[in-house]
Amino acid sequence: MMAITREEVLHVARLARLALTEEEVERLQGELNVILEAVGKVRELDLEGVEPTSHPLDLVNAWGDDEPQPSLPLEQALSNAPEEEAGFFRVPPA
Amino acid sequence: MTAWEPVIGLEIHAQLKTRTKMFCRCEVGFGFEPNARTCPVCLAHPGALPVPNARAIEWTVKLGLALGCEVAARALFHRKNYFYPDLPKGYQISQYDVPLCANGRFSVPGPDGDNEIGVVRAHLEEDAAKTVHVGGGTGRKVGSAHSLVDFNRGGTPLVEIVTAPDVRSADEARRFLQLLRQTIVELGISDAEMEKGTLRVDANISVRRPGEGYRTRWELKNVNSFSFVARGIEVAIARQIELYESGGSVEQETYDFDPDTNALTPHRSKEEADDYRYFPEPDLVPVEFPSGEVERIRAELPEAPGARIRRIGETLELEAAQVLVANGRDPLYEALVEAGVDPRTAANVVLNEASALDPAGVDAKELARVVEARSELPRETYLEAIAASASAGFRADAYLSQRAVSDEGELAPLIERILVANPGQVEAYRNGKEGLLGFFVGQVMRETEGKANARVVSELVREQLAR
Amino acid sequence: MKGRIDTLRLTAEAAAGLLERGELSAAELHAAYAEAIAKRDGELHCYLRTTPYTGGAGVPIALKDVIGTEGVETTAGSRILSGYVPVYDSTVAARCKGAGLPLLGKTNTDEFAMGSSTENSAYGPSHNPWDPERVPGGSGGGSAAAVSAGLAPWALGSDTGGSIKQPAALCGIVGLRPTYGTVSRYGIVAFASSLDQVGPTTRTVRDCARLYGVIAGRDPRDSTTVDVPGVELPTAEDLRGIKVGVPRELNEAEGIEPGVKEQVAKAIALCEELGADVEECRLPLSVEYGLPCYYLIAPAEASSNLARYDGVRYGFRAQADGDLTAVYETTRDAGFGDEPKRRIMIGTYALAAGYYEAFYGKAQQVRTVIVREHAALFERYDVLVSPTSPTVAFRFGEKTENPVAMYLSDLLTIPSCMAGLPGLSIPSGLSEGLPVGLQLIGPQLSENTLFRVGHALEQALGFDFVPERLR
Repeated sequence: MMAITREEVLHVARLARLALTEEEVERLQGELNVILEAVGKVRELDLEGVEPTSHPLDLVNAWGDDEPQPSLPLEQALSNAPEEEAGFFRVPPA
Repeated sequence: MTAWEPVIGLEIHAQLKTRTKMFCRCEVGFGFEPNARTCPVCLAHPGALPVPNARAIEWTVKLGLALGCEVAARALFHRKNYFYPDLPKGYQISQYDVPLCANGRFSVPGPDGDNEIGVVRAHLEEDAAKTVHVGGGTGRKVGSAHSLVDFNRGGTPLVEIVTAPDVRSADEARRFLQLLRQTIVELGISDAEMEKGTLRVDANISVRRPGEGYRTRWELKNVNSFSFVARGIEVAIARQIELYESGGSVEQETYDFDPDTNALTPHRSKEEADDYRYFPEPDLVPVEFPSGEVERIRAELPEAPGARIRRIGETLELEAAQVLVANGRDPLYEALVEAGVDPRTAANVVLNEASALDPAGVDAKELARVVEARSELPRETYLEAIAASASAGFRADAYLSQRAVSDEGELAPLIERILVANPGQVEAYRNGKEGLLGFFVGQVMRETEGKANARVVSELVREQLAR
Repeated sequence: MKGRIDTLRLTAEAAAGLLERGELSAAELHAAYAEAIAKRDGELHCYLRTTPYTGGAGVPIALKDVIGTEGVETTAGSRILSGYVPVYDSTVAARCKGAGLPLLGKTNTDEFAMGSSTENSAYGPSHNPWDPERVPGGSGGGSAAAVSAGLAPWALGSDTGGSIKQPAALCGIVGLRPTYGTVSRYGIVAFASSLDQVGPTTRTVRDCARLYGVIAGRDPRDSTTVDVPGVELPTAEDLRGIKVGVPRELNEAEGIEPGVKEQVAKAIALCEELGADVEECRLPLSVEYGLPCYYLIAPAEASSNLARYDGVRYGFRAQADGDLTAVYETTRDAGFGDEPKRRIMIGTYALAAGYYEAFYGKAQQVRTVIVREHAALFERYDVLVSPTSPTVAFRFGEKTENPVAMYLSDLLTIPSCMAGLPGLSIPSGLSEGLPVGLQLIGPQLSENTLFRVGHALEQALGFDFVPERLR
């Protein structure tokens, strides 16, 4: 059974932008292993030739017409911004 | 120095000029106040959902068909997951292994025959927002470095075209891009301007010995003109060859190209080599573009510039054909040829005397008549007649005879004056010195500063002398 | 009507009657609930916030705090959305408004709808009105407890793997998970996009049908929605002509408490008495592989849906030294609780290069198998029955040691969710004084059948939905 390594935990945390504490890293490694063990069951099945289901509905081609709708007033667009400057959203440098 | 073969592939993004964004109905455009064209969807508020722009889908199909692609029976949108402030959802909705269009080819007519460049795919995705980097230095004081994000552009529809690594030189790349751009613009789906950012080009460059498999490639990004792309490719090719020949190796790298210094600088990447974790977009249902519609669009496709170049190049030199088509003057050229004008003449006229003429108003048959009559006309008359041919109802015969009359009307008194001023030569001519005709014609030509038509003058002088 | 309204026993239908007859105004009705909430919610903590009456002539409603409400804070039970006030209404909130239903408040939920007990709410758990030392179920425990305790005549919840049905079962009320695509997700804080559905949490099946009729139907803002057949309010009290399937794997799964089995068996026997054809049937793989399938697909989609919580445009932003990455990482680590973090990690892993095929890819194939197994049964049966939850309401802390222990609460609700099928939970009896829920599953767009069967059973069972200790 595939067990998740500490390196993998750190790698996944990086991909997910989570700054885990050391305690979290250890705990999560254990918990993830338990969960992976449970969900790893899916690999038991022989599913050769079975199409994946991405959507439970048999729906296709749900589109919208290229007609403009009013955008949010500026105050509303910015209303929840944690940091704002001159009408822009302000963030630290990337 | 043994032969190296450049191996170049191109990735082109064209911003579609739809009225609204790809997944919401905010207006697309330039010059708005920052964040004034946003909504919960393009701001990625909790609970917001995408709704695809029908026109953007149709235009992508149109472009794909123009590039000889097959339209997928069932295409999916995928999520491309990564973090960056210009990507509010933390993923871009794009396409992955089932794009809308794939397996096309694009022919670039060249001096040594057509180069067929494989088009691997043309797919639809949304553009990122705009991040402006402000300030410098470190620390938390006001004025320290930070970034400002404007989400107006975020969500604009983009078509991404990916070619096979079939391009074999920087010049070919440039010609490919010019022709591709013209094709896109003539379809009416994008303004495709590098300077405005509505067309973006990345190049993948490697070299190899003929017959080898592919070697490691470099990616060139953020170059904003075709000629700079070409130059950047040349520099990269030369650098790689130099590396290989000096025993070094080429590592995978992404570069920015500075056209002022010809320097390749490693690209400051957005994030470390990321794992995009593509999976089918669950908020969107598949696209099964109706085949009846595909056929309708295919039937309505205008003849592509490449095809026109090839066709015209059968009777004209390729370069002339390219210039004609690139300048959009080929419809007028072809109309003239059909009206009986010799191809080379027609090309000349269209590119020179008639270069400013709006073909929309021109009756080519009438213009052809003017062209045919050019040796009979004073140069000025000829040029004015060409200009006049764009007006509604222009008839060459009527116009020219009227002009001939007025020309004659102007010339007659002038000729008379010259004859009166040169009685001796008149006498001599009348007594048999017919060579003096040239003298009189020359005088008239001098008076009119060469603008009169020599043959017409000659006729008129002969007439007057005969009285 | 003079005197006070006792909201404890009031159904939405009865309340509508009062309004129609002019016995009281909508404002007065709203006030009666506000008063009940003020008096009794301290013990139960169903509500995260209440809202004043601002208009509307209809029966007031509570909305789970994953349902976006313009101008009213919406937290999804998380710190990372603390203080977030939506600038737009979700479609379901707008439809409720359009139907004149005044908002009572936003109810408690496991964080980002991830959980089966509300113990994962960043704002503290809710309590089961039948026994406040026990959980009300989750993730929609707040809505279920509110409806059960008479603190709302009806409510909306959201269901991804059972978050409407399971709390309904544990609180002794009715919950519908609609066919996927029949209720708009626009404005609902997303957990797992191919599974989330908003649905009614009510005291009776007729109330459920009525509320479903208010919210259901295609929404151009949600590309995954479809038109629905008109809702028929159930009246029939028999089950003649109905073919009922009893899947062995759902009814005899490991972990089902004997008391639960007993109550469900009684209800199934009742089906036959009411004239239904009842037969045992099989779901060979769906139950065994449903949970693993769900716990790969849902976290994968969630890991992507939760990427937008980065402190840039709304919500909580941590103070962090350094660059943007530091802000992202610190904000998200501080803002998310343990369960979202677990699921983000699992989901990211399942989608990661090298693992996609083995995990997420495989799960999508298993999903096809589950769809097919159910479809095959519905060629023969009109409805499938089983317990909703393997257990009655459990005590706080009982299942929090081991994440998988909590996940097993959804064992019986998950398989039909994977297939996008509707499911109705109705209370069928008590076991050790605590409610047991009966789950009715139908094919896509079979809500009217579920309402019919549910109503007939409800009438025959005569279960008193008011918690004993409150009567």
